[in-house]
Amino acid sequence: MSIQEICRVAEHTQLGEGLYSMTLEAPGIAAAAQCGQFVHIACGAGNLLRRPISICTWQEGLVRLVYQVKGEGTKWLRTRRVGDALDVLGPLGHGFDIAALGAKPVLIGGGIGVPPMLACAQRAAGTGASPRAVLGFRSKAAVILEGDFRAVCPTFVTTDDGSYARGGFVTDVLRELAADATGVAACGPRPMLRAVAAIAGEASLPCYVSMEERMGCGIGACLVCACALKAADGETRYGHVCKDGPVFNAEEVMW
Amino acid sequence: MADLHVDFCGVPLKNPITTASGTFGFGHEYGAFFDLSLLGGIGVKGLTPSERLGNPAPRIAETPSGILNCVGLQNPGIDRFITEQIPFLRQHDTKIIANVSGNTVEEYEGMVEKISDADVDLIEMNISCPNVKCGGMAFGTQPGMVEEVVTAAKAKAKKPLIVKLSPNVTDIAEIARAAVSAGADALSLINTLLGMRIDIQTRRPILSNVMGGLSGPAVFPVAVRMVYQVRKAVNVPILGMGGIRTGHDIVEMLLAGADAVAIGTALFADPTAPVKALAELTDWMDAHGVKSVRELSGAVEVLA
Repeated sequence: MSIQEICRVAEHTQLGEGLYSMTLEAPGIAAAAQCGQFVHIACGAGNLLRRPISICTWQEGLVRLVYQVKGEGTKWLRTRRVGDALDVLGPLGHGFDIAALGAKPVLIGGGIGVPPMLACAQRAAGTGASPRAVLGFRSKAAVILEGDFRAVCPTFVTTDDGSYARGGFVTDVLRELAADATGVAACGPRPMLRAVAAIAGEASLPCYVSMEERMGCGIGACLVCACALKAADGETRYGHVCKDGPVFNAEEVMW
Repeated sequence: MADLHVDFCGVPLKNPITTASGTFGFGHEYGAFFDLSLLGGIGVKGLTPSERLGNPAPRIAETPSGILNCVGLQNPGIDRFITEQIPFLRQHDTKIIANVSGNTVEEYEGMVEKISDADVDLIEMNISCPNVKCGGMAFGTQPGMVEEVVTAAKAKAKKPLIVKLSPNVTDIAEIARAAVSAGADALSLINTLLGMRIDIQTRRPILSNVMGGLSGPAVFPVAVRMVYQVRKAVNVPILGMGGIRTGHDIVEMLLAGADAVAIGTALFADPTAPVKALAELTDWMDAHGVKSVRELSGAVEVLA
């Protein structure tokens, strides 16, 4: 059940250039949250639309978000201080079904798609599975949450430019892990998701991807965040990222 | 306590607040945030003769105090609305405003005939959608076409027929007169204003459909002006909409000439906007000694 909650900012820390961690006191949202869901935050009177931010982790009434400053909304969010109140809708959307990924899931995050995979790793490990995480970043300066992942599961880091850890892409690592995996979950830029889905498909692994689209209401009423999906008859149909997603079965997505 | 009751074409609304078609789906999603029975009426997502997929993404662009959309009337089709959605909507103590569109005069006739036999309270006929290639706005911007399509639809209507007007015209009063002379029982306005945004990095339009409809607080003064002009031109009930956000906005829209109002884009900023606006409206009326909301309609005082 989604709710509207006025949340106090409990923590707000810069993680890197334009990258921030924010923890909210959100007992109602925390009680209902699932991996891969998001919250929809009102970002001041000057921004009509709320901003969707994926949930990184939650525990004991607290919800942690890790976001990147991209436009006016997230610029406003960046200026919030501990103690400030935020108007938040959540938890929203359809998240990852961790159980469907089997005993050896590979969890893949690219850039600002990394944060929601942390809760996936925690849940998978917490339910007795043996997850492995593959995190891709543009460069060393963009690396976030590596320590958080390493505390939970074996973690592989790549940078596009080779400035940190292994040079290359998450797909290079996935190819090596696929033979010993039972499922794949991923969040990141669309080209990365498409490449991940292709490798998972070749290896006949179940694969779930978290998609992104410009969003309006965030709850499934306005129908703007259309995601092209394959209908049963092979034609295109539009699902909506906010309600049907953000997580979709990769086989359903019209890449 | 202020009397909020409104008679709209003989349909009693418990208060003048409805939801704008296309912003509220069929009510399920917002029903999680407030009791739908608090609304005077629900304007449902625009319906077409058969299912429509809508346009590809991106379908939305944010603008100063507004949004552009090009959803393109994605909907399950009128038959599935009747069988799947009306039973849900009827569980709530509120009026159902069915919104119908067609590509041809015959399609409008068929839609109005079919929905007339369904359990809805009011029919809103959309001749003003800017996001579909045929029909839609093409019908609503020429007085001759408005008369033709409204005359045909009215002949099939067994429920009050509201004609939804496009603001993308030179003279809204002329269009309003054409709709009323053809038999419109009421008018609703404004639909969205045609607009466009361009991504300056890629030099491409932000919207997949290039252009889209502008809504939100940015269009509110345009809506107030057009409702005022239409009120002076015709004598049928008006459902005022376009950028309404607060109870004070509702008062202003009523003063301009509306009998009832619809809230749309404001829902995206705050899903409980209609409930908050209802409380603000009531408080304002009590504070200003206004006993009935009906006293406000068209009560703007323009000095000569």
